[in-house]
Amino acid sequence: MTRTGFVLANLGRRKTRTVLTLLSMVMAFLLFGLLQAVNVLFAAGADFVGATRLVTQARVSFTQSLPMRLLPQIESVPGVEDVMWQQWFGAVWQENTQLIFFAADPTRLRAVYPEYVMPDAGWKAFEETRTGMIVGRSLANQYGWKIGQKIPIASNIFPQDDGSKNWAFDLVGIYDGKDAEWQRATNVGFINFAYFDEANQFGSGFAGTYTLRLSDPDRAAEVASTIDQMFENSPDETKTQTEKDFNLGFFKQIGDIGLIVRWILFAVFFTLLLVVGNTIAQSVRERIPELAILKTLGFSDGSVLAFVIAEAAFFCVIGGLLGLAIATPLGIAITNATGGSLPVAVDLQVWLTGAAAIVLLSLAVGLLPGLRAARLSIVDALAGR
Amino acid sequence: MSDAMVNVRNVHKSYVRGKQTVEVLHGLSIDIPKGDFVALMGPSGSGKTTLLNLIGGLDGPTSGEIHVGGERIDKLSGGQLAKWRARNVGFVFQFYNLMPVLTAERNVELPLLLTNLSASQRRKSVAVALEVVSLSDRARHKPKELSGGQEQRVAIARALVSDPDLLICDEPTGDLDRKTADEILGLLQVLNRDHGKTIVMVTHDPKAAEFASRTLHLEKGQLLEQAAAA
Repeated sequence: MTRTGFVLANLGRRKTRTVLTLLSMVMAFLLFGLLQAVNVLFAAGADFVGATRLVTQARVSFTQSLPMRLLPQIESVPGVEDVMWQQWFGAVWQENTQLIFFAADPTRLRAVYPEYVMPDAGWKAFEETRTGMIVGRSLANQYGWKIGQKIPIASNIFPQDDGSKNWAFDLVGIYDGKDAEWQRATNVGFINFAYFDEANQFGSGFAGTYTLRLSDPDRAAEVASTIDQMFENSPDETKTQTEKDFNLGFFKQIGDIGLIVRWILFAVFFTLLLVVGNTIAQSVRERIPELAILKTLGFSDGSVLAFVIAEAAFFCVIGGLLGLAIATPLGIAITNATGGSLPVAVDLQVWLTGAAAIVLLSLAVGLLPGLRAARLSIVDALAGR
Repeated sequence: MSDAMVNVRNVHKSYVRGKQTVEVLHGLSIDIPKGDFVALMGPSGSGKTTLLNLIGGLDGPTSGEIHVGGERIDKLSGGQLAKWRARNVGFVFQFYNLMPVLTAERNVELPLLLTNLSASQRRKSVAVALEVVSLSDRARHKPKELSGGQEQRVAIARALVSDPDLLICDEPTGDLDRKTADEILGLLQVLNRDHGKTIVMVTHDPKAAEFASRTLHLEKGQLLEQAAAA
């Protein structure tokens, strides 16, 4: 037997309690892993490094459309290779299933997003069919859509001229991603902007947002700054950012995600502190005479303290590592499910934060009962006082 | 003093209970030679267990000197006392105080975790200790699977395993029937006679005291002869 063996033997004393406490710890760290990944994502500042595309939106909010007349000025900025515009359609499928659909110009879409792969015939049909739409492979597979079908899609924003929000489009192409990463992003549909621009009741000439493909990724920050300065103090002030930041903007509509996540994490760990802390404290209370015997046999106060902290650490380390291990593939699954627009990466940074949380939690839940055990008077404990 | 295993000099011991200070031992002095088997008797509250705790280094005196095995222990710090106990004293209690989650052999091995012995050396020492108390065949049993007498034998093996010179026994037969108690006391006699262990045993039972070489009586925190002299 080793000291570790002794600690494990004590943990096996009440197996149900040990398993339940361990499970609560696994769940807490599973939540921690995912939420911390979200926290990191939303806490990150603007990072233009390696950006090949930028999105220019209205400075106030992306829900406010930018006018088409900005196009020539944006196109003239050095470093901008291609520009497309896209209008968020607010698509709703059947009863209440929201879909990601944009109205876009087919030619410009193809130029700005060469990562979307589709036969030339598909692109040509999209250009030539005013009521045409294309969808990504995963979206088509999800709803069983086939080329040639007329798909009824409602918009929760744009009515047609007749006031109806029910639209119908001809599916003329299904695109794929050029690689596995882009294949994940094939959950988006595009309708022909020309048709949308004419047929919607809110009027024409509004681009929504602009997406820019850059000739040189190293100039991303410079291009963004030039565009925003160009429209500063005009009626159409802009905010130019990377695609990743733009995508996160959708989620930020909910509120200060970082703050929400931090409060949830605080609540999770505070509850955990009470649950595990109480378990360890109860376990110590039940074993006062045994702990006194350990000291009688010659185990020092420090050894007794270490035994109790080791028991707390067992829950935190095993539960924490298991929770983070489960959160890692779950983060990938969430990333895939959102087509990469919410990249929840339980990466090294999250694991390191998790490791720090494990150490702190071990000490927080083990220290007080451990000190009580270490300081107990042998004579009083053996006498049951 | 050189031949004495235990030398207690003018020891006072007081406890604070609430707002009251209770003096349990009043200037007690006692010598216990090496190889002696002493029974401490006396009415409840006479200070028997307090004296035993002081000799075993579980508690410190309010004043006075305590030497055990030639070492003055009343001046040792808590950490030093813990190390000293691990090396020099074995303890046997009325209610055995075994670890319920460990088997008999693991219970006996527990004090050896404080030594530098290898796992195989520890196993060997445990086997010898269990052999001495005639419990080798119950090594893999947990305390709840043993009788009271067997549990006390495991406790004695645990007290013996690090080969201390002094055994401190606090009512070792207080929870056992007569027959089993006699077996345990016989075992303590063997340890005293054949293995040279010095044994200090607190008991209320005159029959148990008969197994000791001599009996000392305490009353009101003093040895009876000291009390008479005062």
